[in-house]
Amino acid sequence: MDQYTLNLLFVGASFALYIGIAVWARAGTTSEFYAAGRGVHPITNGMATAADWMSAASFISMAGLIAFGGYINSSFLMGWTGGYVLLALLLAPYLRKFGKFTVPEFIGDRFYSPTARIIAVVCLIVASITYVIGQMTGVGVAFSRFLEVNNTVGLMIGAGVVFFYAVLGGMKGVTYTQVAQYCVLITAYTIPAIFISLQLTGNPVPALGLFGDHVESGQALLSRLDQLVTELGFREYTAQNGTPSSVINMVLFTFSLMIGTAGLPHVIIRFFTVPKVADARWSAGWALVFIALLYLTAPAVGAMARLNIIDTIYPKGTAEKSLAYEARPDWMKNWEVTGLLKFEDKNGDGLIQMYNDKSKSFAETAESRGWKGSELVVNRDILVLANPEIANLPGWVIALVAAGGLAAALSTAAGLLLAISSAVSHDLIKGSINPGISEKGELLAARISMAVAIAVATYLGLNPPGFAAQTVALAFGLAAASIFPALMMGIFSKRINNRGAVAGMLTGLIFTLVYIFLHKGWFFIPGTASFPDTIAGSLFGIKSTAIGAIGAILNFVAAYFVSSITEDTPDEIKELVESVRVPRGAGAATEH
Amino acid sequence: MTDTNSSNKTGGGNNSAYWSTNLRIIIVSLIIWAFVSFGCGILFRPLLADIKVGGTDLGFWFAQQGSILVFLCLIFFYAWRMNKLDKEHGVDE
Repeated sequence: MDQYTLNLLFVGASFALYIGIAVWARAGTTSEFYAAGRGVHPITNGMATAADWMSAASFISMAGLIAFGGYINSSFLMGWTGGYVLLALLLAPYLRKFGKFTVPEFIGDRFYSPTARIIAVVCLIVASITYVIGQMTGVGVAFSRFLEVNNTVGLMIGAGVVFFYAVLGGMKGVTYTQVAQYCVLITAYTIPAIFISLQLTGNPVPALGLFGDHVESGQALLSRLDQLVTELGFREYTAQNGTPSSVINMVLFTFSLMIGTAGLPHVIIRFFTVPKVADARWSAGWALVFIALLYLTAPAVGAMARLNIIDTIYPKGTAEKSLAYEARPDWMKNWEVTGLLKFEDKNGDGLIQMYNDKSKSFAETAESRGWKGSELVVNRDILVLANPEIANLPGWVIALVAAGGLAAALSTAAGLLLAISSAVSHDLIKGSINPGISEKGELLAARISMAVAIAVATYLGLNPPGFAAQTVALAFGLAAASIFPALMMGIFSKRINNRGAVAGMLTGLIFTLVYIFLHKGWFFIPGTASFPDTIAGSLFGIKSTAIGAIGAILNFVAAYFVSSITEDTPDEIKELVESVRVPRGAGAATEH
Repeated sequence: MTDTNSSNKTGGGNNSAYWSTNLRIIIVSLIIWAFVSFGCGILFRPLLADIKVGGTDLGFWFAQQGSILVFLCLIFFYAWRMNKLDKEHGVDE
């Protein structure tokens, strides 16, 4: 069976499974549509949360980021998992007890302020839409590489499948398809990693192999990698932060990712689906177990892929003749077609050289070898997808990875779309435009807003704004600076009142937005940035991706200050906070 | 942001004691959370440079694996401890 048929078979079978689940798990009430009837087992919810959370970025991009960034990009590993501690300790149990359907609803009720609710809705929609664009483009890339259909057709098929199970099943359908998608994506991620770890280190557990010995050289794997990359003029893979300002940036960036993760609405609403507060606590732990299975493997995949690529290009060592372009392996040829891997023979010797041509100290060595610049450009996003081919694994593994990449992108897209549609139908339509809407009417409104959200996301996936890649900072910045602090203060303080909350959210939001725009360009329009987005050039010496942490702190300060000079919160709000803090009664709160 | 009001209508038991115990568990957990990630993984990495782990140092291990493992333990510990506390104060369901 050829590779194309295998890919078609694996992707087709996984899609058929998702549709089958959708037909089985139809939603009949708004409670089922928004919160899966609050009957999801904590382990099931943990698995669904893991699929919901792990997007195309986690599956496709993260290992590549670590492979080419080394130690410094550990921020992604700590940030995207550490957020779950905050979620489990500070938010999930209390928001589950509150027992409503959306994140803006809690903010609106707790701060007795429709304005606060609308600000939360706007943040939620902007953050979720920027996030969903990345998923849709990921779907397009996976389809065009593995199924050889063009981008548009691929995206339409993906959108069609999401449409089917999300519109029909709402949260209920999404939950059970996410469970299936988790199984597909974790198998697809782990199997190639196990094979590669066995080849390089003889250890079947990639996470242990990373700190094990490299079979071929007898050295520790990471020492071997450090040695090879420095021979090519790069910084050591495991190098420490060089300057105090890079330490500060790493801390702030990690912290921004943590509170951003805890504040992302599509993750929070998953905890509304379990029956009890105790279940919400367990469920956060299970979610992290399922996430950790991938996140402990990712750094191993990154380091091993980097080592494999260097060994492929310099089969006899970095000082010897490198690989001839004509003799390049098939995976390079396959990925050249997509434009994500490029070769340019700068010195005309027919050999591939890849090294750090920006290093001044290495320039002399390169010149003496007749190298005229690094000739191979590898897009870091192809690492995971190309991994099985790089390691010469059988065709079915490649097909499995294709299905896994699609599962990661689709599961996150569905979660985001659900968060958007519930904000529109529940917070905007039922909450402010037409409060008297019937249960049936609201369910219909939820389905229509879901369909519209999918259409918008597909359109943006087809015509991605040039700034798509940069907007991830925006999504995390907004969640970190506006949503997380508001939720936390709403639970842990009785003193923060309506004015304080609105002042805090606006301060965090505006500060973060303006700072990102100053460094990335106003509304991401190229050429309108006032400062370069580097540690040395930026306004406060903090890169715009790390600014969400500062925005959050300003949010807390502004909310506290304004609340302390305005009137105290009403008694019924104090009672609301009291009741949110106590688990008993969460089951009953379901029937509202 | 402290609370003096301990009256409660939804659950039984002494809720002010319940809440302050909860806060204490949260604070201790978050100190550990910050210590392993920001501390061992980033700030104190130079201090841990002499402790070797598989071709690199302990700080690198904390940044790439150690913190995740500690995070897991923290969440399960918190769930177990709080569910026990709920029962002690009669606010479980």
